Amino acid sequence: MDRVLINVPKQVTRGVPFEIKILVSHPMESGQRRDQMGQAIPRDIINHFVAMLDGELVLEADFFPAISANPFLSFSAVAEKSGILTLAFTDDKGEVRTETAAVTVG
Amino acid sequence: MKIWASLAAAVLALSAAISPAAEPRRSGYDDSSRETQAMQDDDAGNPAFLWVRQGEALWDQDCKGCHGAAGTLRGVAARYPLFDPRANRLLTLEQRIVQCRTDRMGAPAFAWDDERLLALSALVGLQSRGLPLNAEPREPFLSQGEALFRERIGQLNLSCAQCHEERAGLRLSGATIPQGHATGYPAYRLEWQGMGSLYRRLRNCLNGVRAEVFAPDSPEAAALALYLAVRAKGMRVETPAVRP
Ligand code: HEC
Ligand code: HEC
Repeated sequence: MDRVLINVPKQVTRGVPFEIKILVSHPMESGQRRDQMGQAIPRDIINHFVAMLDGELVLEADFFPAISANPFLSFSAVAEKSGILTLAFTDDKGEVRTETAAVTVG
Repeated sequence: MKIWASLAAAVLALSAAISPAAEPRRSGYDDSSRETQAMQDDDAGNPAFLWVRQGEALWDQDCKGCHGAAGTLRGVAARYPLFDPRANRLLTLEQRIVQCRTDRMGAPAFAWDDERLLALSALVGLQSRGLPLNAEPREPFLSQGEALFRERIGQLNLSCAQCHEERAGLRLSGATIPQGHATGYPAYRLEWQGMGSLYRRLRNCLNGVRAEVFAPDSPEAAALALYLAVRAKGMRVETPAVRP
């Protein structure tokens, strides 16, 4: 999770849904694969995702295996005023990565 | 790759269906599914931009002092591989970046598959996106590269040309055989679940026909890359492409 790219329109219209697109670098190891020695490779996926807009919950999701490495996420939100979008990702190693992006209502 | 053996035999049996592939030239993009094309078309959805972002950070840290903004390298990637008279050898873009690191920064070389090298070459390649490929057809490298392209190799005894010219557009183990134009490297490949250089792609093809794999810094690798670049002359740089 060392890199997260967040794409939000430069300006959004009050009350009109806009799209948020996210790319996260993560191996999303499914736990189903074995290494060359036949040992199971432990599962390591992003298992939880939360998006908040100025402290208000926009989306919360549990993730399961069978999502590709470096996943792409996209969803819509509606804003009434400008604010800060906060995205939090938790993976199986317990690492939590938090990223923010400005949402500007024009 | 194991399935290639039986399938290649099946492909050869299809010789009646062989089409002369050369024109019009099709990039791997043209032969990709609409979903894969859509991924490449949207920078916000193309996972290769995770590497571009890393490349920007590395550029600011190590390269900007001499080169200024990355945008000043627009057009550079489209001219590679390039003969370097000082080093008296043909250099791929990756080798040029490593040369800057070792000779000008006094830093240790990157291994050919180092993520940082992929990140920097993706960033430099992106500056030329949309420009026509324009490598100098420099001899003797060009002829060496073409000879490698046409020579039958490996246990399957197949040449690059037999797949990428004579059988382009046919299918091999679920994949469409592309014309094999190296327009988008380094590229994000879905099968790799990651980014890879042209060398990595060539290694896959060499392994596929069970041929000996030449080393990343070998004259063969650079000559073949030059032949591919000249063969694709005028086609647009797609870096960073998305491939199945
Ligand atoms: C048995 C057939 C076969 C042979 C022989 C072969 N390739 Fe390939 N090559 C493929 C297939 C199939 C793909 C596409 C794989 C995919 O999309 O999953 C490919 C992909 C490529 C690509 C990537 C094109 C793109 O659009 O990104 C290049 C470049 C390439 N090959 C070059 C070569 C070279 C050079 C050789 C000789 C050393 C070679 N290939 C030998 C079947 C072959
Ligand atoms: C100490 C100064 C210096 C630093 C630091 C440096 N370069 Fe260079 N670079 C040069 C010079 C000088 C050239 C021109 C070499 C030539 O033409 O022989 C060059 C050439 C290049 C070229 C080829 C340009 C062309 O027109 O063919 C690329 C690509 C490049 N550098 C990338 C990088 C990257 C990436 C980094 C950071 C990892 C970097 N350089 C760091 C000085 C530097």
